Amino acid sequence: MSIQRHQYDVVVIGAGGAGLRAAIEARLAGAKTAVISKSLFGKAHTVMAEGGAAAAMGNVNPGDSWQVHFRDTMRGGKFLNDVRMAELHAKESPERVWELEIYGALFDRTKDGRISQRNFGGHEYPRLAHVGDRTGLEMIRTLQQKIVSLQQEDRAATGEYESRLRVFDETTVTELLLEDGKVAGAFGYDRESGEFLLFEAPAVVLATGGIGRSFKVTSNSWEYTGDGHALALRAGGKLINMEFIQFHPTGMVWPPSVKGILVTESVRGDGGVLKNTEGQRFMFDYVPDVFRAYYADTPEEADRWYDDPDNNRRPPELLPRDEVARAINAEVKAGRGTKAGGVLLDIASRRSAEFIQRKLPSMYHQFKELADVDITAQPMEVGPTCHYVMGGVEVDADTGAATGAVEGLFAAGEVSGGMHGSNRLGGNSLSDLLVFGKRAGEHAAAYATALPSRPRPSQADVTTAEEAALAPLARGDGENPYALQQELQDVMQSLVGIIRRRGELEDSLQRLAELRERVDKVGATGGRRYNPGWHLALDLRNMLVVSECTARAALEREESRGGHTREDFPDMKPEWRRVTLVCSLAGADEVRLAQQPVTPMRPELAGLFERDELAKYYTPEELSSATADLG
Amino acid sequence: MRNFRIWRGDASSGALEDYQVEVNEGEVVLDVLHRLQATQTPDLACRWNCKAGKCGSCSVEINGMPKLACMTRMSTFTADETITVTPLRTFPVIRDLVTDVSYNYVKAREMPAFSPPPDLAPGEYRMQQVDVERSQEFRKCIECFLCQNVCHVVRDHEENKLAFAGPRLFIRAAELDMHPLDARTDRKEHTRDRQGVGYCNITKCCTEVCPEHIKITDNAIIPMKERVVDRRYDPLVWLGRKIFRRDQVEQQAAAEDTTPAPASPETVTHRASPGQVNWAQEIQVPPAPAVGPDGRFAMSEVLIDRAGAPSPFGDDVTFPVDPEQLRYLHPRTDED
Amino acid sequence: MTTTGAESAPGPSKAQPAVTTRPRAAIAERTLRKDRWWLPPGIVAIGLAAWVTYATVRVFLKENYWVAEHHYLTPFYSPCVSLECIPEAAHFGRFVPDLPILPYAVISLPILLLFRLTCYYYRKAYYRSFWLSPPACAVPDGHARYTGETRFPLVLQNFHRYTFYLVVVITAINTWDMFLAFGGEAGFGIGLGNLVLLLNVIFLWLYTLSCHSCRHVTGGRLKHFSKHPIRYRWWTFVSRINPKHMQFAWISLGTLALVDAYVMAVSAGWITDLRFFN
Ligand SMILES: Cc1cc2nc3c(=O)[nH]c(=O)nc-3n(C[C@H](O)[C@H](O)[C@H](O)COP(=O)(O)OP(=O)(O)OC[C@H]3O[C@@H](n4cnc5c(N)ncnc54)[C@H](O)[C@@H]3O)c2cc1C
Ligand code: SF4
Ligand code: SF4
Ligand code: FES
Ligand code: FES
Repeated sequence: MSIQRHQYDVVVIGAGGAGLRAAIEARLAGAKTAVISKSLFGKAHTVMAEGGAAAAMGNVNPGDSWQVHFRDTMRGGKFLNDVRMAELHAKESPERVWELEIYGALFDRTKDGRISQRNFGGHEYPRLAHVGDRTGLEMIRTLQQKIVSLQQEDRAATGEYESRLRVFDETTVTELLLEDGKVAGAFGYDRESGEFLLFEAPAVVLATGGIGRSFKVTSNSWEYTGDGHALALRAGGKLINMEFIQFHPTGMVWPPSVKGILVTESVRGDGGVLKNTEGQRFMFDYVPDVFRAYYADTPEEADRWYDDPDNNRRPPELLPRDEVARAINAEVKAGRGTKAGGVLLDIASRRSAEFIQRKLPSMYHQFKELADVDITAQPMEVGPTCHYVMGGVEVDADTGAATGAVEGLFAAGEVSGGMHGSNRLGGNSLSDLLVFGKRAGEHAAAYATALPSRPRPSQADVTTAEEAALAPLARGDGENPYALQQELQDVMQSLVGIIRRRGELEDSLQRLAELRERVDKVGATGGRRYNPGWHLALDLRNMLVVSECTARAALEREESRGGHTREDFPDMKPEWRRVTLVCSLAGADEVRLAQQPVTPMRPELAGLFERDELAKYYTPEELSSATADLG
Repeated sequence: MRNFRIWRGDASSGALEDYQVEVNEGEVVLDVLHRLQATQTPDLACRWNCKAGKCGSCSVEINGMPKLACMTRMSTFTADETITVTPLRTFPVIRDLVTDVSYNYVKAREMPAFSPPPDLAPGEYRMQQVDVERSQEFRKCIECFLCQNVCHVVRDHEENKLAFAGPRLFIRAAELDMHPLDARTDRKEHTRDRQGVGYCNITKCCTEVCPEHIKITDNAIIPMKERVVDRRYDPLVWLGRKIFRRDQVEQQAAAEDTTPAPASPETVTHRASPGQVNWAQEIQVPPAPAVGPDGRFAMSEVLIDRAGAPSPFGDDVTFPVDPEQLRYLHPRTDED
Repeated sequence: MTTTGAESAPGPSKAQPAVTTRPRAAIAERTLRKDRWWLPPGIVAIGLAAWVTYATVRVFLKENYWVAEHHYLTPFYSPCVSLECIPEAAHFGRFVPDLPILPYAVISLPILLLFRLTCYYYRKAYYRSFWLSPPACAVPDGHARYTGETRFPLVLQNFHRYTFYLVVVITAINTWDMFLAFGGEAGFGIGLGNLVLLLNVIFLWLYTLSCHSCRHVTGGRLKHFSKHPIRYRWWTFVSRINPKHMQFAWISLGTLALVDAYVMAVSAGWITDLRFFN
């Protein structure tokens, strides 16, 4: 069988924000670079980001600085963040955003002509550089065009556009190849022709994004099958914080055309209420005792709040996100949810059509255009939606190099873990992509240059990878990949979803083990040319191993923090803040979980916080040692 | 249950095939394609990513009109209507609904990139909102290539692909020409000479199909045509050119320009090592001479932009030609 | 393909030339559109043909273009420059000898014709309805070869802007005629004819000012709006009416025909002008 071989200094897997930024940097550092993407060039998931990129430029409020940004990030992540990453991110993101302007980006402007910045939840000052609600698109297009301009320079110098930087679009990497624990290359297939490709390269940067496709209701695309997570695991790398997944309580669950699309909180803030299928406004039954004093007990009082917030208590629909999600979850599990597994968010019967159109224009238009749902006339069906995974490949903060038993592997973007701790602030992801994408590209190039001799992939490994890739096609009558994917999504959504319990998590592990056996027997019909059934069959293996990491870590962490909520352990526990949960692989596909202490904050950084605040997160002995250093 | 007719096949052959699919309320065409994949045809090839009209992957033709599959609601069809889904016609087909859209990427690569002002460091850029607004409209483009697909210049005339960049790239040209800080000054000439804006007859189909509602014709193509008029067709400017022979100077400058020569077919599939001839490479088809619709040469020499007859190698070849790109081996009799 | 290793095998590459020999999908139907795509170009064809016929007939009729009593002059004969013109109707002198093939308004009509022929909207309209290139979106072009506006004669469409400048003058003349019509033989007065003339002039201006070339020269050609606030204001105004250019194109055709028919009817004595004042 013919196989295309390519030799590069640096191979970047993923053409989202992180991958493209890494590739640009590697090429600028002189490395011969390839970028690989599952979809077409410029279509990666980053295009979906709306809000903006957080960077403490201080254009709107000059009081902003990297220290404030750092503080916000740590608070958002509930102090579980990798401190060094949060620091680098806060310090370097303004420069990275400005760089985009040289590449041709056109952000919205302030009056004096600088980049405009907007407010966002969790950020103390207006900080998100944005372009309307399509910041991600602007970012990816800018980086894409920068890549093209580098190719034009190369063409001027060498006569070939692709002599130093080449994009392999619609190409999926299925395996990393090693020699003695050093990265030797990557193996994949061209989606269009089904032909195999072998990239021989001493340095590989993973930038494959998240894992959202393992959940039934998700705002993520088909690309998010956790390939990078699984590749790193199989290569000897480690995953951290996999239990932390960001859910939004109100994503659309029905109609299917808008499933997963987020319904902003302001719908509830402007009078929308949650009802179950029996027509009951159920949130009153779910106000936890600690919040009783602040939330209304009767619908009458709640309704008065909208006009007179000073003399009335808030409606329980405005409880924190996880409480709302928990309540929705409970209603659905009790059989009072809709067929699609959601509840009804009703603003139509409570507010006039003009009011809704005036207050929520983009929501109104989005649903009208995408689903022909008129939110002024009918209730919305909503439920918790998977949005972002905080966990990922454990990396060295400064270089982006993966830790563990592998050299030459780098990771950046959503696929890497640590930066966001247990919860990500809106807008921090886009700047994360730029900051750590650049670092990973730079250090991957340096690593490749410094290497005295290049590891070479062994023929045996290539043959194994080929066989593994072809196996589903040989089993034409095997398990249906679509059915398996659906089951996996069901398991993850209902048992490892937004609210977790010991029993359900144990259950999920068992069901995942069963699924694994069936995934080993998955089959695909049709040939090798652009065959989505075959592609999905190959992705399932990755989804499964990553899901297992999530389930195991979720079972282990007996507290609730950020993107991990345990009904049986509803509180945040300082002891758990000192622990990071680390997944690795033992043997072929067996997931192993270990605890690892968190690196403490340097004193000058700890000094940015009030002692009282640290006291909420730290154990007493930690607190005394942290503040003792301050003197 | 609804009737669907979907084009199945590949480069060698294909046909419309009928399917009966269950359709639920509130679905879009892409949902139905997914249901088909999950239940009847696991290998039905189609592209998609975001399912929210943001990535531009799912472009197909639905009942003959170019559309995004994820933005076409089933409720826009009557219950008994048969819905026909076919791949984009303008591009080579790969399989089923997936086409090879590399034409667009090749054209994008021939577009000189944003050229930053040399005297400004990062963070020093100052631009007013009114100055960036026009370009921002064009940056909404999600690169679905529906406009490229519907444009009759290439849809119905494959041979024009060489000289014509297409509406997606015209908005890119307009974006850069209107960018307040772009340092290049030759974008108008580029749009005329290398992108072939003259082929567009402003029949507005690109605007009709654009899912981002970019006013491609009104806000990009016509302004670019007008800007070209400023440089190329203004009678006074034209006279000045002829009298002072400025065009020759410019042509020389253009030849020395390091930016890639677009429209030059990148047919070099292999780069032979020096002294070796790559017999497999395709050679450039010389463009047909410049004849009018009646098959004759233009009436008057005044209307041709260069003196003498057009070169049989095409107008865009720079000499000397790189010998590696020729399929020619000089015979050497003294050796063997 | 850029091969990168000595062992590299030729294979498919995404870096393919713009023009490939790879085939398109073999779809037998020339178009799969099922809606009535032929209707809009059909209506346009009929509308334009009807108007052109009417206008041609009227222009060569060479009578009933002037209502002496109220000084109404139809725009089809303005400015009336032929030596045969009724002297009172010739506001700008008579200096062109009369030939059967020359209309009385021999200066303005060709300019107006060229202006509308090269107008970006009319180009779209007749390329679609008459030249069938393409008749409608995603419907095949009616011609085997196509070079667009790159060659003679269509390359001359690029001179639209210069016809625009001239037409501004002619529209000003029409406006002048309109004002003169308020003063008839009996001094100042207002009749229905005046209102029709006024309406026509308004739409002529709207059509002329919403021209794409006008949008370009008022401000569209600038790189920095912020440095030219006044021209930015003009540009904003033109940009506001420009999207309605097509509507104005048709409405002004309508008002032209209406004015002319009205003047003809009054002048021929088929109807009498409805007077509101004097
Ligand atoms: C609806 C939505 C709104 C959001 N809004 C914001 C926001 O306002 N602000 C913010 O900061 N963040 C936001 N985010 C999050 C942010 O968009 C993502 O976290 C970020 O884009 C991830 O970028 P990335 O570069 O890591 O990966 P991606 O952009 O997802 O790119 C992944 C790339 O890897 C490729 N790939 C994957 N697997 C393989 C494989 N096996 N082989 C080859 N290639 C592979 C894919 O093809 C793709 O090119 C939002 C996310 C969503 C879903
Ligand atoms: S307006 Fe021009 S570019 Fe657009 S579709 Fe028509 S011919 Fe093509
Ligand atoms: S201009 Fe519009 S139609 Fe064309 S590629 Fe962009 S979004 Fe698609
Ligand atoms: S799937 Fe992204 S635009 Fe349709
Ligand atoms: S008159 Fe129509 S565009 Fe100028």
